Amino acid sequence: MTKFLIIMLSAVFINNYVLSRFLGICPFLGVSKKLNQATGMSLAVIFVMLMATAVTWPIQMYLLEPNNLGYLQTIVFILVIASLVQLVEIILKRYIPSLHKSLGVYLPLITTNCAVLGVTILNIDEGYSFAEAMVNSLGSGLGFFLAMVMFSGVRSKLEGADIPKAFQGLPITLVAASITSLSFLGFTGVIENLFA
Amino acid sequence: MNEILTAVIPVVIIGLICAAVLVTASKIMAVKENEKIPKIRECLPGANCGACGFAGCDGYAKALAETEGTPTNLCVPGGDSVSRKISELLGVEFEDVIEKVAVVHCSGDCRFTQDRVEYSGIESCAAAKLIFSSKGECSYGCMGLGDCAKACPNNAVCIESGIARINTKQCVGCGLCVKACPNTVISLMDDVERAVVACNNKDKGAQTRKACKSGCIGCKKCEKVCPSGAIKVVNNLAQIDYSKCPDCEDFGICARECTTGCIVISDFTGQCNAAPN
Repeated sequence: MTKFLIIMLSAVFINNYVLSRFLGICPFLGVSKKLNQATGMSLAVIFVMLMATAVTWPIQMYLLEPNNLGYLQTIVFILVIASLVQLVEIILKRYIPSLHKSLGVYLPLITTNCAVLGVTILNIDEGYSFAEAMVNSLGSGLGFFLAMVMFSGVRSKLEGADIPKAFQGLPITLVAASITSLSFLGFTGVIENLFA
Repeated sequence: MNEILTAVIPVVIIGLICAAVLVTASKIMAVKENEKIPKIRECLPGANCGACGFAGCDGYAKALAETEGTPTNLCVPGGDSVSRKISELLGVEFEDVIEKVAVVHCSGDCRFTQDRVEYSGIESCAAAKLIFSSKGECSYGCMGLGDCAKACPNNAVCIESGIARINTKQCVGCGLCVKACPNTVISLMDDVERAVVACNNKDKGAQTRKACKSGCIGCKKCEKVCPSGAIKVVNNLAQIDYSKCPDCEDFGICARECTTGCIVISDFTGQCNAAPN
């Protein structure tokens, strides 16, 4: 149980996908302007990360590795995740139109999100079991959620700030993102010592 | 050769399986879309300007197809031709598009008011507003630094005697000047000849009078003389309810009776000779 907790917490705080591993920066900068958009995007990411792990882990373990095809990992994962997201979109459109509407364009955007691919590949690289892989995906998704929500708060403050013209828009956003990322460095070593 | 095949075949098989699943899923779970929507969507200009009040052209097309009674004449950029096409598609009667025109709610030119500060900063109303809250004596009126004229794509705005004037013949009603004006002096109106309150000053009468000789002092004379009760003085500023104007028995009486002359009949046509940029 402690192991799951460690995986979960380190995925959220120490190895935060956006702020420590620098994956999924595109949606992090693109859709963090408003809190409700950031939440929608993060929920979609959590959902897709879990689904993608549930599908790719068995493919790697029962299809690719027994046949010595481990080198096909990246391309097969991309293929499977892209189709999966499309399938999920079709299902949502049919059965839960309200959720489909609120996730909106974010769902197709996640098809090519490197954070999702990153999670699935790192799950394999770390040698996680299926349950551990799922916990790690959930943690990574929550970490993404945390980063998005925090940063949308930062950005709403930036909206009202008097920023020199040269820094307006993307430059100040990147500066703010780097400072947020630095603050997450403070978590390094916390989790290990928590359970030591 | 063998190695290539062992790599290619599994990927192809996985791809085929995914494709098959997606195709069946999209067939089984297809959501029926009203077939009129894409047709209507084609007629619309696709500018997604939101002037119709819906979320872009797609939203308007959807509302037209699904909600009966949605007016077909809401697309201002498309004008009559688009409205006619949509009306034909839906089989409803064609209604004329009421074109919009921008109107300046300030008549305080250099004859009536003067500058409060000597402004020598950058030529922009937004900048002057930031520094001095306004350039002239009246902090509600037109500053005449021409943010609207710069925003106008059609050269319909010019600055004359220190305030903006709009050539209604050249104005297409895009509303860019409305957004550009930091004092919200400009607004869009239906392009019909009508009375306009050419003042934006919400101060009390005495204060307004000191700032500008043609400002609305809130005397309520217009309220009393208006035969259809369309004018109300709110926040020391006359406001006209245009829904009551068409039945006016004595059109223009408000403009004739206004003590300071700040109600005018909107017809600036031809007054403005905006120079090309």
